Amino acid sequence: MSIVALARRAAIALGLPIVLLAAWWVASADSTSPFWPPLQKIIQTFPTTWTWDRFVGDVVPSLTRLAIGYALAVIVGIVLGTAIGLMPRLRALSEPVLEFFRAIPPPVMVPIIALFAGYTGSLGKVLTIALGCLWPILLNTVEGVRGLEPTLTDTARSYRLSTWRRLTFVVLPGASPRIFAGARQALSIGVILMVISELFGANRGLGAAIVQFQRSFAIPQMWTGIIVLGLIGVVLAALFRAVENRMLAWYQGQRQIERGE
Amino acid sequence: MSSSPATLAPAATRGTPRARRGRRRPDAWLGVLGVAIVLVGAETLSRTGIVNPAFLPPVSEMYAKLFQLLGEADFWQSLWLTVRGWAVGLGAAMALGILAGFVIGSLPWLRAVTRSTIEFLRPIPSVALIPLVVLMYGTKPASAFLLVLYAAFWQVLVQVLYGVADVDPVARDTARSYRFGPLRVARSVIYPTALPYIMTAFRLAAAVALILEITAELVIGVPGLGRDIGVAQSSGAVAETYALVIVVGLIGVAVNLLARVVERKALWWHPSVRSEAA
Repeated sequence: MSIVALARRAAIALGLPIVLLAAWWVASADSTSPFWPPLQKIIQTFPTTWTWDRFVGDVVPSLTRLAIGYALAVIVGIVLGTAIGLMPRLRALSEPVLEFFRAIPPPVMVPIIALFAGYTGSLGKVLTIALGCLWPILLNTVEGVRGLEPTLTDTARSYRLSTWRRLTFVVLPGASPRIFAGARQALSIGVILMVISELFGANRGLGAAIVQFQRSFAIPQMWTGIIVLGLIGVVLAALFRAVENRMLAWYQGQRQIERGE
Repeated sequence: MSSSPATLAPAATRGTPRARRGRRRPDAWLGVLGVAIVLVGAETLSRTGIVNPAFLPPVSEMYAKLFQLLGEADFWQSLWLTVRGWAVGLGAAMALGILAGFVIGSLPWLRAVTRSTIEFLRPIPSVALIPLVVLMYGTKPASAFLLVLYAAFWQVLVQVLYGVADVDPVARDTARSYRFGPLRVARSVIYPTALPYIMTAFRLAAAVALILEITAELVIGVPGLGRDIGVAQSSGAVAETYALVIVVGLIGVAVNLLARVVERKALWWHPSVRSEAA
């Protein structure tokens, strides 16, 4: 790729964000509204607000809880989902129940989890995240396993593949595009729950910190918190896409060929 | 834009229609049995004290409380506020998302210029805006509206963009040869192609909008069922907490069913629906 083409691509990708940021900067420059401080001021407060101590004390615990809860949901969701997807009877038995639990907006589970596990420690928060992330992964795994190409499953049966090999070579790879679709939904729900779970009870964490800023009317600091949260969302989405592109490369290539690209 | 949504595709792979029809009735009974097992199981766990009844009251008590709530005007008022907030936010997100999607998707230069911005704004969790809307609107319904709108808008926009990108080039060129105006192109070429994607967007956005509406009520205190749950829990009314959670879950089921019905009605002509109904 020539330098001109590269510069052109960079201009297209960065042009609008730069324009928008500049517009924000100019529009807010003389702002005296307490809720919309000048962007300059927000940026100035950034380094003093997000110090190393705060990073270790608030950001790391939040992200750790998210990682544990999400990992739990992925493992349980894929294992249960594969089992349910492979057994039509079990699926018919559990489908209405699962549909109901999936339809409960995850934040309302907070009061119930608080009854069982308490909400001052990390356990309740991790459970909230895991429970919220579980349903999209579980139900998409069921659909993915159920929608396997019959030719594939029949071939595996004629070759008398053992159950383990059938699972690892046929069922899971075949269901993986749907599993990833569910995992992607679950990730954005997980980030939402990471924040919400910290709004209950006196706590440390990213969400708790932002709300503390808001309650003490430290508005520029609150804005830096919103920006940090936004950046975390963006970085996690990018990480997810990188993993997906690597593990589903075969599937994306196949689709491109099917679409004649 | 890595891949088009896998959620749209699998209708064709759901097994032959005949096999499904033959199995449907025993399936339904098994489903009822499954629900019964869970209800009886939870009741037994609580009655025998295996799980502390202070945490998990017997299911029969939850439902008794639920029927009691059905007779209270406050409950219906909260239900109305929740459903209204959900519907208004979802409607606004659909309208804005479809409009923006059609405009951005039809103009390649605009699509190229906005791509990075959309990719950046979309994953920003809408709950990040909670402190801001609290400052601006407090516990007024506008707080919930903004959160719902932000969360649902991106779902709709991205799906509509996939849909517009999916338009058959031959159809587009044909429309151009016949000198269709932009409105006519939007109506007879883009709209039919994008409709399945719009329906997927409706299904996803409807669920997300409900989550954010309830969240705003629970966390901020916007009037509605979510706030009632928070109040019930903090006042130690455990059975009522469960009863309200059950109501919210049933609303969620109703929303999902509604989305599926709308999808079928709007796409009766589309192969993915026709092959299923045959």
